[in-house]
Amino acid sequence: MRFKKALGLAFAAVSMTAAAAPAMARDTIQVAGSSTVLPYASIVAEQFGNAFPFNTPVVGSGGSSGGLRQFCQGVGENTIDIANASRAIKSSEIESCANAGVKEILEVRFGYDGIVFASNASKGTFKLKPEHVYKAIAAQVPKDGKMVANPYTKWSQIDKSLPDQEIVLVIPASNHGTREVFEEKVVLDGCKADDEEACLKFRQDGRVIEISGDYTETLARLQAQADAVGVFGLGFYEQNRDRLKVATINGITPTLETIGSGEYPVSRPLFFYVKGEHIGSIPGIEEYVQYFLSEDVSGFGSQLEEIGLIPLNDEEREQAIADFKDRKVVSK
Amino acid sequence: MANSTMESGVDPRARIQSQVEQSLRRRHAREKRFRRFGLTAVMLGLAFVAVLFVSIFSRGLPAFWQSTLTLDVRFDPAVLDMGPPPQQKPEESPRDFQQRLNAWNFQLTMASWNTILEDALIAEKPALEEHRRQLRKLFTSGAKYRLRDLVAEDPSLIGRSREVTLLADAEVDVWIRGNIDRSLPDARLQLSPEVRRIADELHEDGLLDVTFSTTLFTNSDSRSSPASAGLAGAFMGSLFMMLVVIVLAVPVGVASAIYLEEFAPKNRLVDLIEVNINNLAAVPSIVFGLLGASIFINWFRLPLSAPLVGGLVLSLMTLPTVIITTRSALKAVPPSIRQAALALGASRVQTVFQQVLPLAIPGILTGAIIGVAQALGETAPLLLIGMNAFVANIPTTPFEQSTALPVQIYLWQGNEMRNFFEARTSAAIIVLLLMMITLNAFAIWLRKKFERRW
Repeated sequence: MRFKKALGLAFAAVSMTAAAAPAMARDTIQVAGSSTVLPYASIVAEQFGNAFPFNTPVVGSGGSSGGLRQFCQGVGENTIDIANASRAIKSSEIESCANAGVKEILEVRFGYDGIVFASNASKGTFKLKPEHVYKAIAAQVPKDGKMVANPYTKWSQIDKSLPDQEIVLVIPASNHGTREVFEEKVVLDGCKADDEEACLKFRQDGRVIEISGDYTETLARLQAQADAVGVFGLGFYEQNRDRLKVATINGITPTLETIGSGEYPVSRPLFFYVKGEHIGSIPGIEEYVQYFLSEDVSGFGSQLEEIGLIPLNDEEREQAIADFKDRKVVSK
Repeated sequence: MANSTMESGVDPRARIQSQVEQSLRRRHAREKRFRRFGLTAVMLGLAFVAVLFVSIFSRGLPAFWQSTLTLDVRFDPAVLDMGPPPQQKPEESPRDFQQRLNAWNFQLTMASWNTILEDALIAEKPALEEHRRQLRKLFTSGAKYRLRDLVAEDPSLIGRSREVTLLADAEVDVWIRGNIDRSLPDARLQLSPEVRRIADELHEDGLLDVTFSTTLFTNSDSRSSPASAGLAGAFMGSLFMMLVVIVLAVPVGVASAIYLEEFAPKNRLVDLIEVNINNLAAVPSIVFGLLGASIFINWFRLPLSAPLVGGLVLSLMTLPTVIITTRSALKAVPPSIRQAALALGASRVQTVFQQVLPLAIPGILTGAIIGVAQALGETAPLLLIGMNAFVANIPTTPFEQSTALPVQIYLWQGNEMRNFFEARTSAAIIVLLLMMITLNAFAIWLRKKFERRW
């Protein structure tokens, strides 16, 4: 008999949870996307929750593409409100968003991120040029006017000035926005050929390692394979300077200043995308965006700058705030 | 000739005996060999466990101690100039009052808490006045909110002093405890030489000290203030998920096992169901995550990152385990019990519920607890339903966004502040391991207490 009672109770509990679920209105902003943006967005979310009478927004990761895919799943409480991205939204993504009913996509640019090459702190110093990276990574390289299978096994074979170390490159996999910048601003720049596809064909002999997880995984690789050179965000490198040694590109050391001024070539803007349809129904979205864009939060001297974000300049900031205020929707 | 007679002349009994002795030696050697193999295997297993425990505990235990600053903080009314908190006026609507209260809280949050922190340090050591700008780097940014909460709780503090223990910044903690190579050149250290020197001085004076900290248990995860990151949010998330699993998987699993074992007819369909349940138990957990994401979130429209959804997914995963263990517990009850009950005129339902089930309860409970413990440690399916998000609130219902303990471990191991979070990650593992051990010990205790032999 007691068993029956327990069973009855259990069923009552289950039916209650089932009935209560759809009635719950979400009052917490839900964010997901780029793992580069994640630390910045989480800090802003936390400060926002502390300063305003809204709940602290929840920030998930999953990469720029993963975040935008979730973002484009539709309009409604069980879809995310904001997608973080370390690259601009693609027209194919705008289309899939529109198909799912997400038409009001508001793009907010909030800063820049530098992409740095770093190696194990105990190993040699790299003074890289885009051309070196291309020669190290491509499946086929030009030699004596002909394309041959990549013969290089050591950096010193590519250029005398580079250390005598085995070539092992740890790069982000294609789910990361960083990958695109790496390809565009380093590999293509170093390739100088018209055939982009051939330039971006990477060698398959185990010297190029793609990481789909986050930078800690890249760091772990570098610690296991001391010769490897990894691709990191500036912020991550800054936090781990005791383990990593940064490489210069074209003779320029990546710092907040050189990236902000554009001197250091490999940087990219960081974005988040706001679902306009959710503004008003999920409380706090507007305030969150305004707070994020305020000088104190993401400007010079802010905590975000301290952990490696390159802030917008005044003009860009005003533009970003104005665009959001006007609800300027991204177009294809 | 002599030789051959010698040979044929050997006593056949002696030959048999030597053969027997030989084979006996062989058999003994084989047994010894096997025992040695077995012992080696066990030792190897134990060695691995020992290495795991030693490495996790040696890395994780220090994280329960943290650098803190104990200071006499003066809540200077010149800095905290927002006045007393608003009182509800009789003619005011609750909404208006709430708005005024929010405005006051906002002002309180935005007050220059750094100045108050700096003043408190300078009051202890006036020489620090010239390094005023550097002093704020000693405190974790959550220290400001800690002070704010104190004032929000008791506004009469404004104008008074009070001794407060505040957490030091994570980088300062790393430096003080030597979790970073202190001999590295400035360029490779996060803290400026000045801050390092001040921290060392304060440490010598005893103002900055490494003390046992409950932060890990009372706080939720934090990004803006890594030193105050804790496990409370993840713990509550895991607790809610376990509740859902206990409420869903255990009764459903036990009920289906009883039906299949005691009542179901023996036919092809039931055989098919049985085979499938056994197969389900072997399905990788990530598959349940995918299923959960598409069914519970996309179809039932349940909230993302909610322990309710996590619990549902884990229930699906645990169900086969519960069914299989319950069935074997029921099978272990001797048929004579059933026959005796039936012979005395009990119906089948009476036999099952009054005789068989009580005898099988210890086995069922053990199975259920082990199933729940398994669910507690599961990570992969939770990643797919958004439970790997950064959540700063401690959830109070299963509908609120949350993480879970194993997911928190995953998140912390990915934190870019390696020097600080390596220890934190191991500390979280210790907490999870202790929970697992407690659950399993409880299962063993139940089995021992209610075990019956026939």
